Amino acid sequence: MRYIIVLVLIFITYSLNAEEWEDQRIFSSGSTNQTLRILSSTDTSFFEPILKSYLVDNPATKIEYLVTGTASLDKIFRNTPEKYDLVISSAMDLQLKLVNDGFAIKIQDSNHPSWAKWRKSLFAFTIEPAAIVINKRAFANQKIPQSRQDLIKALRSRSKFFQNRLGTYDVRKSGLGYLFATQDARTSETYWRLMEVMGGLGTQLYCCSGDMIDDLISGKIAVAYNVLSSYAGARKKVSDEIEIILPADFPTTMMRTAMVSKLAPNVENAKNFMLHLLKTQLKPADKNNYTLPPLLLKPGQQTIILEPALMTYLDKLKRQTFIKEWERAIIQ
Amino acid sequence: MTNTVRISGSLRNRLMITLISGSAILGIILFFIVRGYATQIAQDGQDNILKASLSSILDAATIQDGLVEVDFPYASLSMLDTDLDDRVFYAIYQDGILLSGYKGLPAPSSLTGETRTFQTIKYKGTFARVANANRILVGERGRIEISVSVAQTQDDLSRTLNSISKNVAVFGAGFFILVAALSYLATSTTINPLMRLAASIKKRGPKDLSPFEKEIPSEMVPLVSSLNRLMGRLDLSLKQSEDFIAEAAHRVRTPLATVRSYADATLQRVSKSENREALRSMVRAIDEASRAASQLLDHAMITFRTDHLQKEYIDLIDLVQDLALRLSPIAEMKDVKILVNHKNPVEIHGDFILIQNAIRNLIDNALKYSPNEAIIKISVGSEPTPYLKIHDEGPGFPPDDIQNLTLRFTRGKNANGIIGSGLGLTIAKDVANAHNGRLEIFNHKKGGACAILSF
Ligand SMILES: Nc1ncnc2c1ncn2[C@@H]1O[C@H](COP(=O)(O)OP(=O)(O)O)[C@@H](O)[C@H]1O
Repeated sequence: MRYIIVLVLIFITYSLNAEEWEDQRIFSSGSTNQTLRILSSTDTSFFEPILKSYLVDNPATKIEYLVTGTASLDKIFRNTPEKYDLVISSAMDLQLKLVNDGFAIKIQDSNHPSWAKWRKSLFAFTIEPAAIVINKRAFANQKIPQSRQDLIKALRSRSKFFQNRLGTYDVRKSGLGYLFATQDARTSETYWRLMEVMGGLGTQLYCCSGDMIDDLISGKIAVAYNVLSSYAGARKKVSDEIEIILPADFPTTMMRTAMVSKLAPNVENAKNFMLHLLKTQLKPADKNNYTLPPLLLKPGQQTIILEPALMTYLDKLKRQTFIKEWERAIIQ
Repeated sequence: MTNTVRISGSLRNRLMITLISGSAILGIILFFIVRGYATQIAQDGQDNILKASLSSILDAATIQDGLVEVDFPYASLSMLDTDLDDRVFYAIYQDGILLSGYKGLPAPSSLTGETRTFQTIKYKGTFARVANANRILVGERGRIEISVSVAQTQDDLSRTLNSISKNVAVFGAGFFILVAALSYLATSTTINPLMRLAASIKKRGPKDLSPFEKEIPSEMVPLVSSLNRLMGRLDLSLKQSEDFIAEAAHRVRTPLATVRSYADATLQRVSKSENREALRSMVRAIDEASRAASQLLDHAMITFRTDHLQKEYIDLIDLVQDLALRLSPIAEMKDVKILVNHKNPVEIHGDFILIQNAIRNLIDNALKYSPNEAIIKISVGSEPTPYLKIHDEGPGFPPDDIQNLTLRFTRGKNANGIIGSGLGLTIAKDVANAHNGRLEIFNHKKGGACAILSF
């Protein structure tokens, strides 16, 4: 009997705390009366400087920063939009669909470039290309591939070496991975050839960029495809084991986006935070202080466009078809 | 002239109001027509894009291994991107059951072949335009109906419509202002001949009764020709009354003169003192009658002539001296001396007969009311304006009545037993007025009546 009660208690506490956060941190500067809840897919370390700089100007605010994967973030927010003030995610398609479905409020801002916002509700604040990241030692004395074709050639020529030493996103689990994959596939057939080659060699599937980079540094894998260059860049500062390659044929470039929930408990505060975030990212006062890449387009650089078409691959049928094809290629 | 013209509105205002309200109505109608047309075009534009999107989704529907696959292209939704980032919804149904996309969008109801409909609905709190179409796929297991709904909100459309409305409103207002200005112009040009006619009538001298000969618009011909006829008749009747006055003067004065000469002659022959007395009274009565008649006629003549001044240059001194000479027989009867005082020649521009008449009446009065052996001083000068001053040594004007003495048929208390009709001062004053001059009458400090006629 006692045993059952304990079991029930465990179950209750588990379901009360149903969301399993990758990270959950509270930032505050002492006396506080308002808690801003930010639901984010971005690692806390990247966001910390901005959160802290906001608290300097708004000492009465406490920020609860909750990190989870893009796909689960979407699910959590759709279920309880009234619990969160801001939603920040790298999965542009999921974010755009949230706005299209009416989850966000409009924010008047005059400065933000029109290509970096949608319906005055969804605001992009970084520019981050997807990269091929390699372990340097694996390519010692080898030509370093500069494009997807190069990579395919390199993999084919040393197929023994790369066997089971490749990694990419599991697009079934990661929203960002799915976005990168679908945009790649939309742009070029090369994507499918690469996936087939990678599938043939046995590829590890990851939920997140961080894990992939960990395995790259440890040498468990030699090549990771479609890793967030910003994360890799941050790690490169610490470890010199890896090399980041932006594919020369076409770099798929993502923008991290933020929106304020229509049911946000602290709308005004959330709006303020949004404006602070956009201002900081548009004109970073001191680049070294901020770990997030700024919203600056290099000449000729193109990003995934914020448009309703982003919802195309979120369509149930399209997703089924795409996943089926992807599985056929990568899991052989 | 009394101002009893009854006014009922104004032609100009009526014309302006009609034209301007007409143009306002036209402007408003124009606004609604153009906006309606623009709305339709804008809506057609949205419908066309929705149709294209719909077709591209429907075309992608296939049956693979017995399952429906709708691998629609990226462009299907991409083409629905607008400047204002309109929201986009879609739904794909298989035989009426939602396969994927948004719930709650209206699905095409008919199962009769391929149809396409458009409608505006309220969806997720905003208005959206929905396009529906369906398509029949034939698979191994029979016919499958695929229907697709694509919806788009109308933010961009309403912004376009608003800006069109604004432009059309500006255009309509401009049209209205232009037409209003034109109607003002048109009204003015229409009314102007009428105003010119009125002005030229006003400008005419009172004597000018000649017909209008300037060119006029045809619509005014009836008015002007009847005006001309009226003036013709007026001219004629004026001439007739002038003749009548002359005639009457002649007819009254002549027999009176005859009667008087008979009475005089009889007086010579009659010796009985009571008969002589009676005859003298008769002569006095006749004198009075003839004087009244001639003054009445003078007054009538003056009333008529003041409207028809025949101006010439007159030497005032000559005129006065001539009059003094002519009246000297009467003066001598009373032993009255008339002294004319003057320095420089004084010339005035006026109607000789009228001025002579006026001065004669004034000197006449001075003679009448002077005692015997008195002096009448007449001075003529030109400073500041030409004037003539008559000063007698009589009793002066009765101070109580002095204001009223110049009225017609008004005589003073001192006039008892003195021949007169109460018209002398009236005539003098009317003449002065007709020449823009003044008649002043007052009593001199040292006694005697004073009359100043100034021009
Ligand atoms: N020279 C004058 N002296 C005194 N009274 C005068 C004189 N002239 C006019 N009046 C007064 O003014 C009145 C009006 O004068 P007037 O119009 O010439 O008529 P009348 O025919 O009676 O003289 C006279 O009745 C008289 O009382």
